[in-house]
Formats: sequence, C-alpha cells, structure tokens
Amino acid sequence: MLRKQIAGHALSLVATVLLGGLLSATLVRLAPGFETDEHALDPHLNGASLQALREARHQDRNILWFYLSYMKRAVHGDFGTSLSLGQPVRTLLRERAPLTLRLLILGLGLAWAAALTLALTATWLRLAAFDALTTLVSGAFLCIPAAVLALLSVLWNVPGALAIALVVFPRVYRYSRNLLAKSYSQPHITTAKAKGLGEARILFWHVVPVVAPQLLAVAGVSVSMAVGAAIPVEALCGLAGIGQLAWQAALARDLPLLVNITILVTLVTLLANSGADVIGHMVRRQEA
Amino acid sequence: MNPWQKLACVVLALMLGASLAANWLAPAGYAKQYREATDAPPSRAHWLGTDDVGRDRFARVLYGTRISLLLAPAAALLSTLMAALIGGLAGYLGGNWTRMAMAVTDLFLSLPWLFLLITARALMPLNVSPMVSVLVTFMLLGLLGWTTGARVLCATAGSLRSSDFVRQARAAGLPGQRLFWVHVMPNLRPVLYAQFWISIPVFILSEANLGILGLGVAEPMPSWGSLLKELEGLVSVGEEPWKFVPLILLVVVVTSFQFLLSRQEEVAA
Repeated sequence: MLRKQIAGHALSLVATVLLGGLLSATLVRLAPGFETDEHALDPHLNGASLQALREARHQDRNILWFYLSYMKRAVHGDFGTSLSLGQPVRTLLRERAPLTLRLLILGLGLAWAAALTLALTATWLRLAAFDALTTLVSGAFLCIPAAVLALLSVLWNVPGALAIALVVFPRVYRYSRNLLAKSYSQPHITTAKAKGLGEARILFWHVVPVVAPQLLAVAGVSVSMAVGAAIPVEALCGLAGIGQLAWQAALARDLPLLVNITILVTLVTLLANSGADVIGHMVRRQEA
Repeated sequence: MNPWQKLACVVLALMLGASLAANWLAPAGYAKQYREATDAPPSRAHWLGTDDVGRDRFARVLYGTRISLLLAPAAALLSTLMAALIGGLAGYLGGNWTRMAMAVTDLFLSLPWLFLLITARALMPLNVSPMVSVLVTFMLLGLLGWTTGARVLCATAGSLRSSDFVRQARAAGLPGQRLFWVHVMPNLRPVLYAQFWISIPVFILSEANLGILGLGVAEPMPSWGSLLKELEGLVSVGEEPWKFVPLILLVVVVTSFQFLLSRQEEVAA
C-alpha cells in the first residue's frame, strides 16, 4: 500500500515536472525577443559563424524540438547559460543553493517552533485573552506583505530568516490552533477528562497524535510558502541565494535562468508535499 | 453582521470614498513635482511630506489607494470567473475532464505564488507605459489566481452533479447546458462570493510585493507597492514615521477584508 502510494507520488511528480517543463519551454519560446541573439551582433564573427548561429536558432523554432533538446541537455546536467550573468545555470544554482537552504531551514524551524509552542499553550490554557492576543498578532502578520517584512528586517538589522519565519508563522499557527481546538472537543477527550487524566497527558497522548498527519500536510505546504517568501527576503536583504537570482533574472528578463529556477522550485515543493503525504500516511497506519 | 464587520465596512467605504475623491482632496496630481521641496517633512502644504523627487505623498497615497482598491477587486472578479468556468465545468462534466482540469490546477498550485508571478511578469515587456503596467500587473494576478478557487468549485460542482435534484432534472430530460447554467451555477454562488472576497486581500498583498520588487506598477503611477518601496531607504523607524502611512493603510484595508471574509465564510457555510 505504502509502496503504491510512493509510486503514485513519484509518477505524478515526474508528470508535473515534464508538463511544467513543456509549459516553461513554450513560454520561453513564445516570449518577445527569443528570435534575436546578441552574439550575432559581434563584429568579429565571419559569415560562416553567423550562418551556424542562425541554423542553431532555426532548429529551436519548433516548440517540441526546442523542448526535447532542452530536456536532453537537462538530463546531462546542462541547464544552459544565463543570458544576463553569462555563467552556466548549473554553476549559479550550485553556488547559491546552500544559502537559500540554510535560510529556509532556519526560517521554517523558527516559524514552526513559535507556532506550535503558541498553539499548544493556547490549547492547554484555554484563556480567552491569550487566544485573542495570539490571534491578533498572527492576524497582523498575515496583513503585511513579505517584502515589507524583509525591509523591516533590514531596518532593524535582524536576520532574513526571521522575516521568512514571520511569513510562515501566522498561517501555521492559525491552522494548528484550529486543529488542536477541534481535536480537544472530541468525545474521547471528554471521557479522558472525566477519568481524571492530567492536562499534559491528554494533550500529548490523545490530542497531538490525532492531529499529527494534518500537521504534516501543513509542513509540506509551509515549504512552498517559505520558498515564495525567499524571493523578497533575499532580494531586499542582499542575500545571494536562489530567490535573489530569480529576482535578478526577472528584472533582466533572463528567461532560460528563470525557467530553470522555476522547475527546480516546483520540484522542491512537490517533493516536500509528497514527502509530507507519505510520512502522514505512515503515521496514520501506525496509529491504526 | 457583528460590530467588527460593520466597522470594516465603514473603513473600506471611507477609504474608497477618499480615494475616489482624490481629484478634490489631493493638493495636486500624483505626478506633480515640487522641486523646491524634495523629501520634505509633513507641513500644512504637504500633509504627508514629499518624496525624494518632490511629489506630494498625500496625493500619491490617495491615487495609489484608488488603483489598489479598484483593480484588486477587478482582478478578483476575473480570477473568480475563470475558477467558476474551469472548476465548475470540470466538476460538472466529471471523469477525464475533472482529472485533466485538476492536473493543470495541481501544476499551478505546486509553484509558489510569487515565483509564478515574477516568472509570468518577466515574460511581459517591462518598459511599458504606466497605464499598461497597471493593467498587466492586475490582469496577471487575475489570470494566475484562479487555481485554488477552481479546486474548491470543482469539488462542489462534483458533489452537485451526483445530488438528487440534478439527477431528477436530468431524468426529466433537461439539456446539459441548461442544467449547468440554471441548476448547478446558482448553487455555486455562495462559494463564488467567498472566493471573490478571499482573492481581494491576496491580490492587494501580491501587488505590494511585486511593486516593492520593482515588477509592479511603473512610475510615475502610484500604487501601494510603489509607495512601500520608499521604506527601502529608511535608516530608522523614528526618523520619518510618515513614510509608514501607506503600510498602515494597507494593513487596515487587508484587516477589514479579513473581517468581511469571515462574514462571507459564514454565508458560504
């Protein structure tokens, strides 16, 4: 059953990436300016070189051919060369990935630690004032754009990971708070209370395990949120990661670079969601 | 409606009214420069001071509010209509249509929203006239923001398809097209309303993000995104607190929409 689910996820992942790749390659092919090649303006090129360049471009005119040759190169690890930075996309991604990864891990870790601590405290205490305060704070952060949080983190000289944490925190907090509250009102909890079980034991033995699979699903989605927030945070905090690279590529209309980053990001978010799904399934099976 | 929701309605009405009356309330147009008073602090002549090229900030806030408050609902309407058409129709037709529509929806949903937006925005020419940039930005939000709504509508239409009244209408010989428009669509209305209200604050925040990153509305046209870009040059919060006015307005408006949203969710439920 588990193997079947993993195979299903892997199949859908491959299909989505292939479809996404085709869509991206089509967009690149159709975008204005594709026909022009600034290398052709080089006065040092002779007629034969110019002809060779034109022929290479001519082959790319067919979208399917363009996509197939792109995929063929990608399979061999050649993701092309950035038009604006003049470096291989692979090198750029390899150089910048560690910083983004660090930022995402730290941001997600902070967001989840704060959200779960507050949600568990709110469920445990069940104080209207505490609930109102945390709802107000998380609601306020929901209303502030990620880019403004990034600017404020620069202004107050705090790490960019905190800005990512503040983007993810309110969503995770609200969802986990609602889940925990809903689980707390179940009949088996009332029975446990009637039997005289302690609050901590009820919370950690009877409430948290029930909501764990749903929380894992949110964990998958929160990766996507954090990756999205990484663009303004890296761009505005001057952090040389993949988010900043995507922003620079967008400003320079460097489509080959942008498309490769988009496919990479799609792959990461799909992996995170599929991983969360599979782990959730394992947890449910263990409980059963 | 609870008192908070009434207050949210009043706040939004006031903001919309003020922004629509910008021609009378603002001391000058959003692009008029006071070259002798660049980066000036608030004064009787310029209530919120001037920006670094001498434009009246109060006027720009009013005109920017107008753009964000009028075009975000327009984009929300576009995305809701697309969601209704794609999701509603796919859910109603069922089978392979549902599978195909959901595969496309999943593809869009697997991309982080801001990544999708900047990729699509980069495909459009960046050096366009300010008016075109406004339309491109909000149209893009509308065209890309339909996926979540389509998923919800597809599920709702799918459950309606197998409901008793639709089966009875089908058995009575009602043609499929009439069945869809007369019996299925009206039942999707509460979900559509909720989807519309959910999209507005999302689009306002997305435009602000794009604007700050320089991929939104082009100068000299103001929007909340371009106005918030001014925060980039701040050294401390206490130095020029009036520069935070657009942020405060944005938070107030999005919060008001959140309050109204809870009302729409009650209606949809």
